[in-house]
Amino acid sequence: MKTEFVITDEVVAQHNLTKEEYKQITEILGREPNLTELGIFSVMWSEHCSYKSSKIHLKRLPTNGERVIVPPGENAGVVDIGEGWCIAFKIESHNHPSFIEPFQGAATGVGGILRDVFTMGARPIAAMNSLRFGRLDNPKHGKRNKSIMRGVVAGIAHYGNCFGVPTVGGEVFFDDSYSLNPLVNAFALGIVRKEHIFFGKAAGIGNPVVYVGARTGRDGIHGAIMASAEFDESALKKRPTVQVGDPFLEKLLLEACLEAMRSGAIEGIQDMGAAGLTSSSVEMASRAGTGIELYLDLVPQRETNMTAYEMMLSESQERMLIVAKSGREKEIIEIFNKWELDAVVIGKVIEEKRLKVFHKGILQADLPIEALTENAPKYNRPLIAPKRRSTNIRPKAQAPDDFNEAFITLLSSPNICSRRWVYEQYDHMVRTNTVVLPGADAAVIRIKETRFAVSMSLDGNGKFCAINPRLGAQLTVAEAARNNVCVGAKPIAVTNCLNFASPERPEVMWSFSEVIDGMAEACKFFETPIVSGNVSFYNETEGKGVLPTPIIGMIGLIEDTKKIVTQGFKSEGDLIALLGDVESEIEASEYEQVILKISTEELIDRGKLPSLDLGKEKAIQDACLKLADEMLIKSAHDISEGGLAVALAESCFSSLNRKAVGAEINLPETTTSIESLLFGESPSRIIISFAEENLQKVEETARNFNCPFQIIGKVKGNKLKINVGMKQVISVEIDEIENLWKNALEGYLSAR
Amino acid sequence: MKYGVIVFPGSNCDHDAYHVISKLVGQPVDFVWHKETDLSRYDAVILPGGFSYGDYLRAGALAKFSPVMKAVKAFADEGKFVLGICNGFQILCESGLLPGALIRNQNLNFICKHVRVRVENSNTPFTSEIPAGSILSIPIAHAEGNFICDEAVLTELEENNQIVFRYCDEKGEVTKEANPNGSVSNIAGICNRNRNVLGMMPHPERACEEILGSTDGREIFRSLTNTIERLKRDNR
Repeated sequence: MKTEFVITDEVVAQHNLTKEEYKQITEILGREPNLTELGIFSVMWSEHCSYKSSKIHLKRLPTNGERVIVPPGENAGVVDIGEGWCIAFKIESHNHPSFIEPFQGAATGVGGILRDVFTMGARPIAAMNSLRFGRLDNPKHGKRNKSIMRGVVAGIAHYGNCFGVPTVGGEVFFDDSYSLNPLVNAFALGIVRKEHIFFGKAAGIGNPVVYVGARTGRDGIHGAIMASAEFDESALKKRPTVQVGDPFLEKLLLEACLEAMRSGAIEGIQDMGAAGLTSSSVEMASRAGTGIELYLDLVPQRETNMTAYEMMLSESQERMLIVAKSGREKEIIEIFNKWELDAVVIGKVIEEKRLKVFHKGILQADLPIEALTENAPKYNRPLIAPKRRSTNIRPKAQAPDDFNEAFITLLSSPNICSRRWVYEQYDHMVRTNTVVLPGADAAVIRIKETRFAVSMSLDGNGKFCAINPRLGAQLTVAEAARNNVCVGAKPIAVTNCLNFASPERPEVMWSFSEVIDGMAEACKFFETPIVSGNVSFYNETEGKGVLPTPIIGMIGLIEDTKKIVTQGFKSEGDLIALLGDVESEIEASEYEQVILKISTEELIDRGKLPSLDLGKEKAIQDACLKLADEMLIKSAHDISEGGLAVALAESCFSSLNRKAVGAEINLPETTTSIESLLFGESPSRIIISFAEENLQKVEETARNFNCPFQIIGKVKGNKLKINVGMKQVISVEIDEIENLWKNALEGYLSAR
Repeated sequence: MKYGVIVFPGSNCDHDAYHVISKLVGQPVDFVWHKETDLSRYDAVILPGGFSYGDYLRAGALAKFSPVMKAVKAFADEGKFVLGICNGFQILCESGLLPGALIRNQNLNFICKHVRVRVENSNTPFTSEIPAGSILSIPIAHAEGNFICDEAVLTELEENNQIVFRYCDEKGEVTKEANPNGSVSNIAGICNRNRNVLGMMPHPERACEEILGSTDGREIFRSLTNTIERLKRDNR
């Protein structure tokens, strides 16, 4: 093959390949690659596509279980929920683009994850997002953080609302480590009949390869386009590397794809996400053990004079690659044309396991598929546990004598206040399946065709994972499971998104490895296999990385929508009880940060987290599930950020068709401090309420599961009153604190 | 009796409306593709919510040029029933089947939440079963729901009792606080002079089942269905 372009060390570096990696490429090929080939190698061997730093660790995660139909490796994981129905779901990061261009970065993140789901043949029925930003009052970056947050939320709303998928939940969290590194993780979930699942496989020698959807432009081309004599001068103008999303086109693409799938003319299908045409064709061939030939002159293009390099590396959105059954490509093309979308045969499946790319009659790339995929570099990077400076923490602020004041401050603090400002911008009701509205422990979507409902939650805790990655990951999984249990759902499977700083730093890689082990252990314990996911490294700017932030997307199953439980107290006089211990540890809590003004760095140095006993956690969850199944409880709510007091307030707050109610709580005096009792964030605790007449049954059920159980109060009046021993420590008007809690976030965003 | 649910590319509440008519109201219903020009099979058509043609220019601005809208106009002229919900309301205003326009919400954001509306006129085919003054709990979900019109049109709407729904608080008071998007006179829905075309921003199809938190929307579909049945009986 003719090499017109000299590949210098500089060109190699611009493609983010090391010298060793380049040497490996020349050895594989037995020659120098040309620029197009180098580009293809660079994207396929990138961290994003190859998982080269994480692969050896990811192997330790549990991925199998009775319900697992499609384990990791496909576009999305699939689990069986019964009666022939399956759920396809996945989470993926769009952190870097969302920092550069928040609106489009977040929007295209949503677009990408929706395509991953409907590529499997599933109709997307719910979306969620896990978002992390720097503090809005950060003296240096506050203004930027606010504009990133506004842009990200508007971008998600724009894409999801127009596409017509309800965005039903998620999380928003603030810490200064995310100041110039926001985390935007998008989750989507779809439903598919078991027999209608599609795969990204280029099977069947001679089958035509069909390009469908939007035209290819120069948007999103690998950041490293270098000056070269081979390029047209006009192509060199710096293009933004963030793509622009078109949710309307994606909606048409969805309808057309599902219709084409029903026709039976499709052999395999994959979305063109990161590394577009390159990764979709190479991965499909790899999965089928075949090769692919592409004729780039046939690719629908929206710009002129595009080179093979540009077309292979473009990340234009809303495109899919389909392998049609030989002779039936016309049917597929007709369906897409009905939806006014381009559909063109651009290549075919070949026996030889190679990617061959032709453009203008010239063979522009000829590469072995295996070298691009399973034989891509894998690194066992060095791991070193960071040294803790083990400081004695000296709080910068005094603990207030008045617990009311601390309580109110905490309730309206950024990480605890209501996310209403965010979720009201998302259409969370379209498709009329959202039976538990946002703001709950987990979102719940009914499956209209059945009596089932599916619950889902996104949970992460970067602070916990920075303090102790292994335990932090376990606490995250435990909370995710608990959140699903609180709506009456049995946790069944997990998708994860692992957000970390540079894997080339041994302490980051150490925390990654520890997180994997913690997550693996907890997921095995809860029997919730991980069926899909994504790793995002290099989340750092100016040498400062984000907290190690694994996000757990857990789904649960409710077999009868009648048995859904919500968090709000229902009727005056109902008993309030705690499944779990009253005592709690205050370490690493929001109270320590918000009230005592202890920084995240200090908490990390101290290295202390609330302890977790997985066995006890399971007992509490099993008891709660049984109570929900027997329809003995009227509410259930998990205790997390802000501790018992905040969780009680949230159960008092109003919701649709339910006015706010008060509660009178009597906590026993214990050896732990009052702050710890009220605001400690120890896991394995659920607040339930039930009619007094069921007391005996509820108590008996808890006992059967060996679940700690105590009555702590009654639903009563308009105030939340908490006594410890004989002393009243909190007494607040619910209406008042609800207003503060509800409007706080808007206040932070509009503060100058 | 037969309902039609118009499907524009970008409609996304079409399936929800279809579900309500077929499963909950229990009447025959078809999806009607935007290229259809003959609506003679139908007694009522629903223009559902969504983002017709992406709504990148202005909500409903492109949909008014679609072939089916010509047919919808003729259908309305014959006195048959047209219900536009959300994007459907926007399309009806853009097409001139209803007066006024829907602009960006006052806070510039998309808003999705349950709101309350007061039934101002029960003397329409869409509200015949609901006493005037009733308070309905129905969700909204829009970025362009801020109804505007000039003084003359507003006076006309009021004088002809064309204002069918107004945003209100839980006591039924029409207040500024209860107005989610800045609409003139808290207007949530209006009908034409002949009362056979209704446009509303709230989504009644999202409030038809106990499990979704409200069944108030069902009363609108029930009223329309009963009206059509009554007319059919009378014509026999």
